[in-house]
Amino acid sequence: MVLELKGVGKSVAGRPHIHPTDLRLDGGTMNVLLGPTLSGKTTLMRLMAGLDQPTTGRVFQNGEDVTGRRVQDRGVAMVYQQFINYPGMTVYENIASPLRILRRPREEIDRRVRETAEMLRLTPMLERKPLELSGGQQQRCALARALVKGAGLVLLDEPLANLDYKLREELRMEIPKIFEASGAIFVYATTEPEEALLLGGNTATLWQGRVTQFGPTAQVYRQPKDATTARVFSDPPMNFVPIFREGNRICFGATANAPAEGALAALPEGRYIAGFRANHLRINRHSGAAVEFDAKVLVTEITGSETFIHVGHGEDRWIGLVGGIHNLEAGAPLSVWLDPAHVYVFGPDGELVVPAGYALAPQEKVA
Amino acid sequence: MRIRPSAIVMTVYILFLLLPIYWLLNMSLKTNAEITGGFSLWPRDLTFRNFATILSDPSWYMGYVNSLIYVVLNTVISITVALPAAYAFSRYRFLGDKHLFFWLLTNRMAPPAVFALPFFQLYSAMNLIDTHIAVALAHCLFNVPLAVWILEGFMRGVPKEIDETAWIDGYSFPRFFARIFMPLIANGIGVAAFFCFMFSWVELLLSRTLTTTVAKPIGVTMTRTVSASGMDWGVLAAAGILTLIPGALVIWFVRNYIARGFALGRV
Repeated sequence: MVLELKGVGKSVAGRPHIHPTDLRLDGGTMNVLLGPTLSGKTTLMRLMAGLDQPTTGRVFQNGEDVTGRRVQDRGVAMVYQQFINYPGMTVYENIASPLRILRRPREEIDRRVRETAEMLRLTPMLERKPLELSGGQQQRCALARALVKGAGLVLLDEPLANLDYKLREELRMEIPKIFEASGAIFVYATTEPEEALLLGGNTATLWQGRVTQFGPTAQVYRQPKDATTARVFSDPPMNFVPIFREGNRICFGATANAPAEGALAALPEGRYIAGFRANHLRINRHSGAAVEFDAKVLVTEITGSETFIHVGHGEDRWIGLVGGIHNLEAGAPLSVWLDPAHVYVFGPDGELVVPAGYALAPQEKVA
Repeated sequence: MRIRPSAIVMTVYILFLLLPIYWLLNMSLKTNAEITGGFSLWPRDLTFRNFATILSDPSWYMGYVNSLIYVVLNTVISITVALPAAYAFSRYRFLGDKHLFFWLLTNRMAPPAVFALPFFQLYSAMNLIDTHIAVALAHCLFNVPLAVWILEGFMRGVPKEIDETAWIDGYSFPRFFARIFMPLIANGIGVAAFFCFMFSWVELLLSRTLTTTVAKPIGVTMTRTVSASGMDWGVLAAAGILTLIPGALVIWFVRNYIARGFALGRV
């Protein structure tokens, strides 16, 4: 199946929830909708499913206009963030229910229910009621019901958000396998950049009801079109510092400067905003080209073997992710280093002017 | 063994509640001579004649049959009408929905007496006087709003995503409603049906106004027992006991639903 949105937008009471959007999702692709809460992921998904009707634009499946067609006739499947199953039915009946509606022969229903249950490791729970299962099993039951009818479009709306860490890891590994076995279009909404990177495929970043960029996940990550996309696709959030070019030097704020080399050599003179990710801010001189900043420690968060260091540099607040455990006292002065090759340069309106040098380096193609 | 004060208070209270019911039972098992003759805590001259009279005389037992017919009719109509209405209130936002919902409730604030006259006139014109359906419809004015109110509370507790998952799975609306949704709010339906049943069973004024002979309910029969030969106390008491039984039975059958219903929904 091919799903196409042409100028699809949604306003509620005059307020736009989704700005007109063009999107084409090809058969057998994994598509991640990445954005913070309230960025419109769920609304966009509901428009794709046909649960909501767009105020503008048309939705096409395989070139056929399906705008306004009943959800029942669309051949879609959906899994919600909450674990939604039919509480009165057993797991078996839950999984079988879409097939029963389609009036499939009894043997076929039985075979497909058992296959799907096996794939999602639900076989021992088939005779139980969903509410007797753990959260992860309930969500697997919902997944099984979504997959069993072989829908061409499978929508997963933050399916792992309500699960604990361990189960989330476990299911996150399983979803790509399930996806490959199904051959359907998968759309997966998440707030976590890490999840998008793990799932691969394509990513659409959303910000305030707008799709800011859509493309292969690695490309969107490495070459964000603008500061908004970079901010959405970065966890912890991207750090920003004002820079300007003067002659052959790039000046970072008032104190630091570096020669305009590599990707930055082509930068015209003027004022810009530089963005860099947390893992590129270091507390040691890690490369010869690194620029040094005098900063002040605000908070340190130690997460096992890594440390998030929140520092203040003038007006800016940055977050650095460094390996090892560093228990720094709040308020203490700290020197931090940044390699200019790790800096994305954005124009005054947020558009990308020069991508980071490291992102231009050759990389393997992502299908 | 020490007796706790709380146990004494409880016992006294329960005795106090049960006293009128015991006295009714006591009277129903006595002869008229004993009732009017003096004071006795239990029947000296035990008799089942009073019950036998009621169960063998059509003018008595048809009262129960008539009452049950319109009460069941009313409960079925009320729930059938209230289910879709409550679904709409719980799932859709429309112009004036909150006002309409509140207005439904205000119907319950008026005493039934207010509506006796318009109903009588209206039903006379429609030739509906002295039919079961007349009483059943009249009681709907009070029971439908109540049922909508109760059911809406239960339906709101069911996530909307269940409905949507059912559409996505391919369920048509009627099938979804009957197969998935109604089982989920079975408690609510039980509670709502209980309240409809009880209101309709105890309501006297409208049922008396709208019936004469054919559909005359038991309550009316009981108020018209003063005959030329004086009051038949024993039979009247027996009728009272028999009138309590359907209510007690209904409470027994829905007691689990009611307990959960009070906890979950809005009653």
